[in-house]
Parts: sequence; structure tokens; C-alpha cells
Amino acid sequence: MASQRQEIMILNSLLPAASTYAGDIDRLFDVITLLVGIPFLVASFLFFSFIARFRKKEGVPSLYITGTEHRYMKWIHRAHVPILTFDVIIVVMAVNVWYDVKQDLPESQTTIRVIAQQWAWSFEHPGPDNVLDTADDIRTVNELHVAKDTLYHFKLLSKDVLHNFSVPVFRLKQDAIPGRVITGWFEPTLTGEHDIQCAEICGVGHGLMPARIHIESAAQHAAWVDANNPMALVDQGESASPTELAAR
Amino acid sequence: MAESIPVEHADAHDADHGHHEMSFAEKYIIPLDHKMIAMQYMFTGMFMAIVGGFMAYAFRMQLAFPGMDVPGWGQVTPADYNALVTNHGTIMIFWVAMPVLIAAFGNYLIPLMIGADDMVFPKINRLSYQIFLLSAIIILAAFFVEGGAFGGAWTAYPPLSAKAEYNLTPLGSSLWIIAVALEFIAFLLGGINFITTTMNARAPGMKMWDIPMVVWMIVIASILFMASVGPLLAGGIMLLFDQQLGTAFFDPDRGGDPILWQHLFWFFGHPEVYVVLLPAVGITAECITVFSRKKLFGYKTVLYTAIGTGVLSFTVWAHHQFIAGIDPRMANVFTVTTLLISVPIAEMMFVYIATLYGGSITLTTPMLWGLAFIFEFLIGGITGIFLGASGNDIYMHDTYFVLAHFHYTFYPIAIIGTYAGFTFWFPKMFGRMMNDSLGKLHFWLTIIPFNVIFLPLFVLGAAGQHRRIYDFTNYPELAKPWMQDLRVLATTALLVMLGAQLIFFYNVITSWLSGPKAPKNPWNSNTLEWTADSPPPHGNWPEGLPTVYRGPYEYGHPDRKDSDFWPQNEPA
Repeated sequence: MASQRQEIMILNSLLPAASTYAGDIDRLFDVITLLVGIPFLVASFLFFSFIARFRKKEGVPSLYITGTEHRYMKWIHRAHVPILTFDVIIVVMAVNVWYDVKQDLPESQTTIRVIAQQWAWSFEHPGPDNVLDTADDIRTVNELHVAKDTLYHFKLLSKDVLHNFSVPVFRLKQDAIPGRVITGWFEPTLTGEHDIQCAEICGVGHGLMPARIHIESAAQHAAWVDANNPMALVDQGESASPTELAAR
Repeated sequence: MAESIPVEHADAHDADHGHHEMSFAEKYIIPLDHKMIAMQYMFTGMFMAIVGGFMAYAFRMQLAFPGMDVPGWGQVTPADYNALVTNHGTIMIFWVAMPVLIAAFGNYLIPLMIGADDMVFPKINRLSYQIFLLSAIIILAAFFVEGGAFGGAWTAYPPLSAKAEYNLTPLGSSLWIIAVALEFIAFLLGGINFITTTMNARAPGMKMWDIPMVVWMIVIASILFMASVGPLLAGGIMLLFDQQLGTAFFDPDRGGDPILWQHLFWFFGHPEVYVVLLPAVGITAECITVFSRKKLFGYKTVLYTAIGTGVLSFTVWAHHQFIAGIDPRMANVFTVTTLLISVPIAEMMFVYIATLYGGSITLTTPMLWGLAFIFEFLIGGITGIFLGASGNDIYMHDTYFVLAHFHYTFYPIAIIGTYAGFTFWFPKMFGRMMNDSLGKLHFWLTIIPFNVIFLPLFVLGAAGQHRRIYDFTNYPELAKPWMQDLRVLATTALLVMLGAQLIFFYNVITSWLSGPKAPKNPWNSNTLEWTADSPPPHGNWPEGLPTVYRGPYEYGHPDRKDSDFWPQNEPA
């Protein structure tokens, strides 16, 4: 990955790439930029040079070209060869990236739940036992904690309208739909603190649901889990039922 | 007036024109004349463009200077912001691009360019405008009802749009959908007229391949509209029922599916892009052929690429929904169909550029607009590739990159295309010549700020800035100073561009009142509208309809020694 990342310029210069597939999307962006940039520059050059060269001159009549003559039409037809070739390259690369990010679901090391609602994000971390829906789950609002180099599955839900779970540094985006649980994955590669945005308009507070993702090293993350373990927070002398704990 | 079968129509209409003195109301308020209905559409569309432009001004000021008291609006609250962006989009597409490009130019040009004295169904034509006017009043009225105007984006995805408890605009959201549905009905009526008139009422001698390109394009656009609007009209009624009658078509709690709306919306929404694109492409064809004195390079090629693009546009709708929760395998299919559109569109662009080759180009104001359309739309086209590629769209979806991309398509269509057509046919419409220097000043002060507004937005989108967020300072990654500088730059350019439109209105008013009288054919053009008086009287050719002998683009024909054009109606 390290060697691949060095060739990447455009998106990475605007925003760090912090997931395993972010570099692939950045490279796809660069390739598309190159492949549409070439035809664009050629077309623009012809366009402006024709305007400059064929300005009205006294006594010089315009050419009578119907556009059915082979000697002119062949240039139009030939231009389709690079365009179709570029299209094929872009499709193949795009589908490959898409397959990795959205169709394929690699084995997870841990699973989190992301719940969107008007207008906040709730996150459920599995806690020390690494299993969701147990008493030691850690629930947070607008604050997601993950460990670097760990493959996460997320279960995405919405309580009311459409939302979109977008983590720009991961190049990840997925709509949350009420009534459905959508599973996806990511694997962070850089530590740091970054934005989570809602990318689907969800009402008056759509601009007011910023959340943060905290990507920590394995040791830092373990320390955070320990510090926030709801079982440990319970007074040792008292026993509490899982439902009561969940309510906290 | 004759709205019977087309054959009888000509005689009955002619008789009418001769003998009946019309009252003021008959002439201007409830006219049957296609030219007056076109003007009603034109000026209603321009009024709505001012409204839509004002909305853009208000929310761009908020984005550049969050929390400021915007002169003329006041504090932009989150609810205001959502309502402004929603209605800006809806109005610019349905109440500006559609009425001006299809209805105004279609009504004005079709009878004049095919040599007919009017539309074949004048009363349907009048009804179309009246329903349209009603829809325009309803969409604006939503701003003044309790709860305010709808703010769930122009795409109106349920459940947000379906339930008042979510969108907080119980009346606004229903008025929005009613207005949109009425607007669709208005354009279905208009489309019936355009297609029927072009197929049945052409001047003697005008064969299919003699029809000017702009007429073809409006006809194809009307067919695309008819074929695509049904699902959304049905969806709109389902949404209205969900809002007001408590049905659950889109309510997942009661067995409905919110994604269904997205399919219905985009099955219409993508062809709609080409519905408004094609008339602008047609207008550009008229401008560049006349002002480069060239035959259109490959008349049939342009026509076939337009039809090909139109047909393909029905197969790409789900590229708006890659990450919306559809089956991920579908994205692969829609990536392929979407990128295939690049083939006919590229062909169309090449053909237009090739038309300039070997020409004798004069850079008049309409020519500048026509050329600008080609270049700016080219940028809009190529940036679409980034978004059609599914893998890249995971990141780009709903960012400002998307916003910049579609403004590079819709702005050339709705604004540049309109100015090209308006300045080109102004002498015919009003019988006066426009001031060319003011026209060019207006052109440059519009086209440069346009690029300064939207090029930075590509960068902001690539940096991860999402749409419809009213204050980016809440997001540390979006609140960087250089990003805010770009927002201020875009807003400043918008102010310059909006201010420059005063030059246009000044030019229109002074030219209309006191411009030099326009001759019948100021541009030495071939098409039939230039054989009528400027402006054409009721009935267009009182002395009798013209006869057509050849195609519309015979410029610089080698058999014509004394003149570089060959009007369609001139006998060989």
C-alpha cells in the first residue's frame, strides 16, 4: 500500500486517505482525470483553433461540407476508438473498486452498529468481549471510536428518515434507510480524528449533525474501551441487569 | 378557432386572422396566437429565473458569511436554507429551463420554422400556459403558508417528504408536489402540440430532413418527456396521498418502500436532463451554422445522436442511487450504461466543433453564446464520467463535485442556451436589433463569473464537502480557511454575475423601445421564420404560406455564385 500511495496526488492532497480502499478510490480518480483530461484538451484545442483560424475574411468563402464525406467523417469515427477504450478502462477500474468496497464483505474482526436519527448519530461499540448486544456494549453519541488496522463491519440503521453515513477520510458513504439494516465494512489505516458527515438531506437539522471518528492505535483503543466499559463503571457492590445497564 | 384536423385548420385560421379585431385581453391575457403564448412563457420563465437567482444569492451569502443578515432576506435559518436550496433547484429546472427552452422557443419557433400559421391545437396551447401559470403561483405561495416552503431537496426523498413530523412543512410539502404535478400536466399538453404540429402542419415541400434542427430537438425532447413523466406523475400522486391521506406507499413502518420513490423520480429525472438539453443543442445548431456560414456537419448524425442519447437516458437512472441501498450488483450495470452515453454525446460535440471547420465565423453576441454553450457543456459532460464510475461515486456522491458537474450542464442549457436563442431571435420577436456591444459586455460579465463560481466548487467537492449543509463551520474538516476563501470567491462571482444581468434587461428594454428597426432577415439565414415580417403578424404569413425547396443549412453552396446562403423557400 505504501508504494501505491505515493503515486496518488489529487484527492490525497486535499484530504488524507485513511482506509484500506481509500487509496484505490484516489487512484481511480486520478486515472479518470487523466483519461477525460486528454480528450477534453484535444477537443478544446480544436475548438479554439477553429474559431481563431476560420474568422470571416473578405473574399474567402466558407467550405461546403455536408458531413457525409468519408474524408471528413473518418475523423469523427476515429475519435471514438480512444473514447471507447478509455470508457472500458474506467468501467473496469470502477467496477473493481466498487466490488471491493460494496459487494465483497471480508471477514470482520469486530462489528459496530451505527444508528442515524434526526439529528444525531448513535454508535454501539461491542466493548471488551467484542460481541454486540451484550451488557458491556459501549454506546456513544456523535463519537465513534475505532482501532487502526482492524477490519470493521458496520450495521447501519435509521430511526426516521434517510440519512447517509459518510466518512470522507475513508472515502466511504452509505445511505441509512429506515426499516433496513445495511452492512458494510472499513479498515482504518491512519490514526487521527476526523469528520463524519450526514450526506443525505434529513430535515431542518441536516447541517447540524456532525460527528467525529477517533481512529486510535490498538493500545489506545483498548485503553478507551477499558475506561468506558459500562460493567466497570457499575459500582462493584451492586448488581445491575443488562437492561438497566443499556439504559445508561 | 380551428383546433380541428390540420388539413382544415389552415383555411379556417386564415379567415379568422383577416376579419376579427381582437380585444386587449384576447391579444395579451388569453391569447391563442402561438407567438403571444411563447412570450407569456418566456417572461414568466424569466421572472422565475429572477426568483431562483435571488434564492441562490440568499443561500450563497449564508455559505460565504455564515450567520450574516443577508440584505433583502435577513438571517438565513436552517429551515430557510433548506427551503431556499430546494426551491432554487425545483424552480430553475421546472419553472425556468422547461418553460423557456421548450415552451417559449417551441411555441415561437415551431410554426414559424416549419411554415405554419399557428399550432394545430391553439386552445390546448393556451390551456397549457394557464396550468403552468397556476403551478408557478402555487410553488411561490408555499413560502407564505404556515410552516413555510418545502425543504427536503428538489429530489424530495421520502420518508422526509412524506411525513410532516419529519419535514415540519405540512402545507409546503404538499403545495410543492401539487405544483410539480401541475407543471408536468402543462408540459404534456404543450408536447402534444409540438409533436402534432411538426408532423402534420409543415409547409408544402418540407420533408423530414428539411426540418431545422431546433424543431427536431424540441420534438424529440417532448417525446422523451412524455415517455418518462408518467412514473413520476404517479409517484407524485402516491406521495401526496402519503402526505395527506395517510397511505403508506413510501412508509417502511407500514410495508412501504422509500427507495421506490427514488426509482420513479430518477426514471424521469435523468431523461429530464436531455429534455432540456436537446432544445439548447438545437438553438446552438442554428447559431453556429448561421454565423460560420456553414452547413451543419452531418445533419442526420446530430439527429441520430440526439435520439441515441435520448433512448440511452432511459437506462441510466440508478446512477443517482449507487449508494442509496439498492442491490450493489446493479451499480455495475448502470456504470456501463452511463459511460456508454459518452459515445453519442462525444459524437455530438465533435460534429459541432467540426461544423466550425472551414467556416467564415463572425463573433456576434448570439454566436458567442452558442460557442460558450459547446465549451461549457463539454466540461459538464466530462465531469459526469467521474460520477458515473461507481467506484469513484462512493466518494463523490452528494458532494459539491456533483453540484458543480450538474451546474456545468444545466447552466449552459438553461442560461447560455436561452441567451443564445433570445439574442438570435430577438430581431424577429420584437422587430428591433439589440445593441451588440452591450450584448458582448453582458456575455463576458456572465460567462467569466459563471466559471469562477463553479470551478472552485469542484475542488471543494473533491475535498469532501457535502451538499445542503447550511453552515460548514460545524465541521472541522470543512472549516479550513482556504475552503472558506473559495466559498467567498464563489459568492462574490455570483454577485457580479447577478449584477451583470441588469445589463441584459437594460439592453432588452432600450432595444425594444428604440433599437434600430430589424429587417426581415438580419442574419442572412435560410430558415423560414426569416421570410416573415419582423415581428410576424398574427397568422405569420398573411400573403400565404411559404413553399420549401431545400434543407435549412445550405450556406456557402458551390452552385450559388452571388450569395453565401440559400433560403429554404427560394425556388431553384
